[in-house]
Amino acid sequence: MKKLRTRKHRVVLSRSIGGDFGVTIFMLLLGVVMFFPMYYLIIQSLKPLDELFYFPPRMYVTNPSFENFSDLFNLLNTSWVPFSRYLFNTVFITVCGTFGNLILSSMCAYALSKLPFPGNKFTFQVIQKSLMINSEVAQLMIFVIISKLGMLDSYWAIIVPALATPLGLYLMKQFIDSNVSTEILESARLDGAGEFRTFWSIAMPMVKPAWLTLIIYSFQGLWNTGQNIYIYSEQLKTLNFTINQVLLEGIVRSGASAAATVVMMIVPIVVFVVSQSRIIETMGSSGMKD
Amino acid sequence: MAKKEKEVIAHGDKTRLQWTWHLMKQYKIGYVMIAPYVLLFTLITVIPVFSGILVSFTDFNLLQMPNWVGLDNYINLFINDDLFITAVKNTMIFAITVGPGSYILSFIVAWFINELTPKVRAFVTLIFYAPSLCGGIYVVFNYIFSGDSYGLLNGWLMNWGIIDSPILFFQDVKMIMPTVIFIALWMSLGTAFLSFIAGFQGLDRSQLEAGAVDGITNRWQELWYITLPSMKPQLLFGAIMSITNSFGFGAIVTTLCGGIPTDYVGYTLSHHLSEYGTTRWEFGYACAISMVLFFLMIGSNMLVQKMLSKVGKS
Repeated sequence: MKKLRTRKHRVVLSRSIGGDFGVTIFMLLLGVVMFFPMYYLIIQSLKPLDELFYFPPRMYVTNPSFENFSDLFNLLNTSWVPFSRYLFNTVFITVCGTFGNLILSSMCAYALSKLPFPGNKFTFQVIQKSLMINSEVAQLMIFVIISKLGMLDSYWAIIVPALATPLGLYLMKQFIDSNVSTEILESARLDGAGEFRTFWSIAMPMVKPAWLTLIIYSFQGLWNTGQNIYIYSEQLKTLNFTINQVLLEGIVRSGASAAATVVMMIVPIVVFVVSQSRIIETMGSSGMKD
Repeated sequence: MAKKEKEVIAHGDKTRLQWTWHLMKQYKIGYVMIAPYVLLFTLITVIPVFSGILVSFTDFNLLQMPNWVGLDNYINLFINDDLFITAVKNTMIFAITVGPGSYILSFIVAWFINELTPKVRAFVTLIFYAPSLCGGIYVVFNYIFSGDSYGLLNGWLMNWGIIDSPILFFQDVKMIMPTVIFIALWMSLGTAFLSFIAGFQGLDRSQLEAGAVDGITNRWQELWYITLPSMKPQLLFGAIMSITNSFGFGAIVTTLCGGIPTDYVGYTLSHHLSEYGTTRWEFGYACAISMVLFFLMIGSNMLVQKMLSKVGKS
C-alpha cells in the first residue's frame, strides 16, 4: 500500500509535495506584492525629510522619526476649525450610523428569517437583488431626497443613508437562518415572551458573531467618510476629509501625508484583528441559495 | 414545518385570500419589526433607483420644473456624446478585468491559505484583506509609481539602468489602464474573499476522504469534483460582491491621476456621472447615465449568476 503523507498527525489527502512547493512559492510572491505597498507606506511615514528625497529611493529607513506625525498634527491644528472637532464629527457619525444600522438590520433580519408573514420572501428578494448595484447608481436621487428632507449639511445626510445597507441585512438574515433554531424561539414564546423580547433576549445573544461583522462593515464605510456632496460647512467635515487635504499639498507634504494615511488605516486594522474569527464565522453562512 | 401543516388542515375551509389575511394578522408584529429598515431602504435605494428612471426622461436641473423630453437624453448619450462611449468602454474594461480577476484571485488565495494552521491563516488573511479594508490606502502608490525619480519603481529601474527616463505611470496613455487595473486588483480581495475563506473552513472533511477513496489523486480533481460544487452558495455570493465592486474603481483614477486623466484614458461612467451630476447639475442627463450604469451592473450580475448556476450540474 502507498505510504500516506501526514501533517500534524493527520493524513494529507490528494496533495503532492511538488504541488505544495509550487503553491508555497506562489503564495510567498503574491504575499510580498500584497504586503509591500503597506510596508512602504509605513516606512515613508517614518522617514525624516532628507531620507524622503534620497535618490535612489530606499525601501528602508535609517533614522526613523515621528517627525512626520507631529508635522501632521501641527498642520491639522492650523485650520480654524479645531482638530478635535473633525475627530468628534467622524466619531459621532460612525457611532450613530453603526449602532442604528445594527439595530434596524438585526430586527428586520430576525423578522424576515423567523416570522412567515405574507410578503416576507418578496421583501428579502428585493433587498438581495440590490446587492447587485452600488450606491453610485442612486447617488443623485439620494441627494435630491436628502435635500428635500432638509437634511443637507447636517450629520443626518451621512447617517441616514448608512442605516439601511443591504449587505448588513443580508449577512444577518443568512446567519440567523442557520444559527438560531426555531424550536428555541418557540419555547420562549410558549413561556409568554413577546416577539420583541424573544428577538432581543433569545435570538440576539445567539448571533454575536454577526453583530461584529455588521459593526465592522458599517464602521468601515463611515470611518472613511471623506469629501462628499452633502456637507459643506467646515465645522461638520470629517477627519478623513481634513487629512486628505494634507495629501493635496503635494510633494513638500510627502511625509505628513504618508503619516496621515497610516493614521487612517490603524483603526480599521485593529478592529478587524480583534473581530476576524467572528467575521469569518458569519461569512460561513453568507452563501446564496439559487 | 409540521406546525404549519397542522394549521393548514385546521384552516382548510378558508380561501387563499382569507388564509393570507389570517397570516397577516397572526404575524402583524413582523411588519412592525421590518418597518424601520424597510422604510429607510425604500427611501435610500428603491425610490432613488425608480425615480432615477423617470428623471432620466426629463431635463431636470434642480432649479426649474422638469420637462418631459422622452428619449432625448439617451439619444444624445449614444449618438452625440463621444465621451460617454469612451466612459462605457473603459468601465467595461475595468469590470471585465478586475471583476473576474479579483474573483479568481480571492478564490485561489482562500483555497491555498485554507491549508495553513489557524494562527498563520489569520495573519495571512489580514495581509491580503488589509488593502480593501482600509479604503484610502491606495494613495501609497503615489510614492511607488510616482512619475519622477523619487518614485520607488522608477528610481529602481533607472538605478539598474533598465530605463533612461522615468515612466509616467499615471500620465502616459499606455500606462494608465494597466497601472489602475493593478491597483484595483491589489485592493479587491474583499467580502468575496472572506466568504470563500469561510466556505473552505466549512467543507466537510469526510467528503474529501470519501473522494480520496473514490480515486481522487490531486488537488485539482478535488477542487473540481468536491470543493466547487459544495461551495456553490459562496461562489454565487462572491460573484455578486466582486462584480459590483469592479464597477466602483473610478476613485482610484481620480485620486492618482489627479482629476481627469490624459486623453480620457481611464475615464469611467462614474466620472461622467459626477461631471454631469454634481458639476453641471444636469440631473436628467446624469440620471440617464446612471441608468446605463444600473443596467450594466444588473446585466453582468445576472449573466454571471446564470453561468455559475451550471457549476456542479454537468
